[in-house]
Amino acid sequence: MERRLAFRRLTDRLAGCSTTALSAATSLLAVAIGLVLLARAWPILTTRPLGELLLSTTWKPLQNAFGYYPFIMGTLCVTGVAMVIAVPICLLTAVYLAEYAPRRVYAVVKPLIDVSAGIPSVIFGIWGVIMVVPFVQRIASSEIGRSLSRLPFFQIDNPTGYSVLAGGIVLAIMVFPVIISVAEEVIRAVPVGLREASWALGASRWETIKYVVLRHAAPGVLAAVILGFSRAFGETMAVMMVVGNVPQVPRSLFDAAYPLTALIANSYGEMMSIPLYDAALLGAALLLLVVVLLFNLSARLVLMRIARYG
Amino acid sequence: MGDRPHIEVQGLSVWYGGQQALKDVSVAFPAHGITAVIGPSGCGKTTLLRSMNRLLETSGEVRISGRVLLDGTDIYAPKVDVTEIRTRIGLLASKPFPLPMSIYDNVLYGPRIHGLCRRDNADATVERYLRAADLWEEVRDRLQSPAHALSTGQQQRLCLARALAVEPEVLLCDEPTAALDPISAQRIEDLLRGLKRHMTIILVTHILRQARRLADFVVFLWLGELVEAGPAEQVFNNPCNERTRAYLMGDIG
Repeated sequence: MERRLAFRRLTDRLAGCSTTALSAATSLLAVAIGLVLLARAWPILTTRPLGELLLSTTWKPLQNAFGYYPFIMGTLCVTGVAMVIAVPICLLTAVYLAEYAPRRVYAVVKPLIDVSAGIPSVIFGIWGVIMVVPFVQRIASSEIGRSLSRLPFFQIDNPTGYSVLAGGIVLAIMVFPVIISVAEEVIRAVPVGLREASWALGASRWETIKYVVLRHAAPGVLAAVILGFSRAFGETMAVMMVVGNVPQVPRSLFDAAYPLTALIANSYGEMMSIPLYDAALLGAALLLLVVVLLFNLSARLVLMRIARYG
Repeated sequence: MGDRPHIEVQGLSVWYGGQQALKDVSVAFPAHGITAVIGPSGCGKTTLLRSMNRLLETSGEVRISGRVLLDGTDIYAPKVDVTEIRTRIGLLASKPFPLPMSIYDNVLYGPRIHGLCRRDNADATVERYLRAADLWEEVRDRLQSPAHALSTGQQQRLCLARALAVEPEVLLCDEPTAALDPISAQRIEDLLRGLKRHMTIILVTHILRQARRLADFVVFLWLGELVEAGPAEQVFNNPCNERTRAYLMGDIG
């Protein structure tokens, strides 16, 4: 009896310690990854001024020129286009789900949206290649495309369809579930009493949504958008398959681009004997990590505040 | 006090899901004055109140049968515009919900929605209703600050100003002092006493002493049924029904 009790106490202690240690390890993972990237990127960070790395447009590893600017712009343009497409659609969908959807519709639509968050990104990529790229190509070669071509940001110098626009469309579709589900939760969390206060003054449903619900939910909705942004910012596979991967600063929606993620995924492991090449690529990875983590962190902080104070 | 009731409830039954909250309630609310709706919690007081500005139907699975007449017109008739009903019948909720905007914009929310607010009289409108809710002196220097920065008592008076700014004929009050400290509660009571000259006030309360202080008429509900309704002196001093007597004595409830 006594020995059995000692054994039970021991296993209890072991279980406690091991779970603590494992959770500590996993939660420190992001820090560990960041430190490794920093250490490996160190040679280039110490030999080049940060301004030159970020703003130089020349990426010629063989001539020892490592400018991230075209890739940063590639990422920003594709992500920006994705957000312009995704944000209005997602917000209206979230409003519909939280405010209008009958319970039965909600019970079908919400799980569908949540499940689409789990679709592997390569599938979005291949879908982009067979559907979106030809679509963009057709626009580019159509009458509409030719008349659009006179506008800034719409010139057509690249008729292939592999473009910022194609990448933006694919990314927009990928961030739908993230933005919709977070925004929907935030909108749903607006106190019923607040809606009733507005209704009781004779406001219609839409007026109540526009002036009261969305205004109250604004910080959380912003956090949802930021989460979507950071998801799009870091997405690699799907974008890489449809943006064309030409290292240039895109001037038009129809231009090809080369996002940071694609640069790393395509280049790492080849020609690694070039001096500083390894460090340059890991510097790009570090940049990506820092940006995505910062965005994620700030969005989560906002959402935590909302959960706590309503 | 007119002879015709301002609001008349006829054979009203309400079900939440399978549970019946009001059972064939028929009662008339006279114009002007304060009618207190009393009864133990869960007896259907708030349901009755919320049926009168059609806020009831916004809460999911609810079934309503019967009629609610406002000046003789059924507010549940198919052609009735619900926003018009809610414009004529204001609400002061049990907990203040200032809208997420400035004090100034809170007061003007209703008038703006209904297109009643001209630019040149906006300031005067704000001052008038804040004065009517006895809040003007406390906030006149910070009209543009967010409404949620006010104390709970001030927020409730702001909600009253906001409701009055739509110029309703009826004011529904759902335990309006439940969230307030005694002094703030007293101020709300004083305001209601002043307002009853111009409007019909229907006050749901579970505080018997509050009903005694304020009510001109009393409606007593018990488990979803109307037990007794009449002038306050009669119901309080000489109730007809045994259950009313027992409730007032504190024997049941």
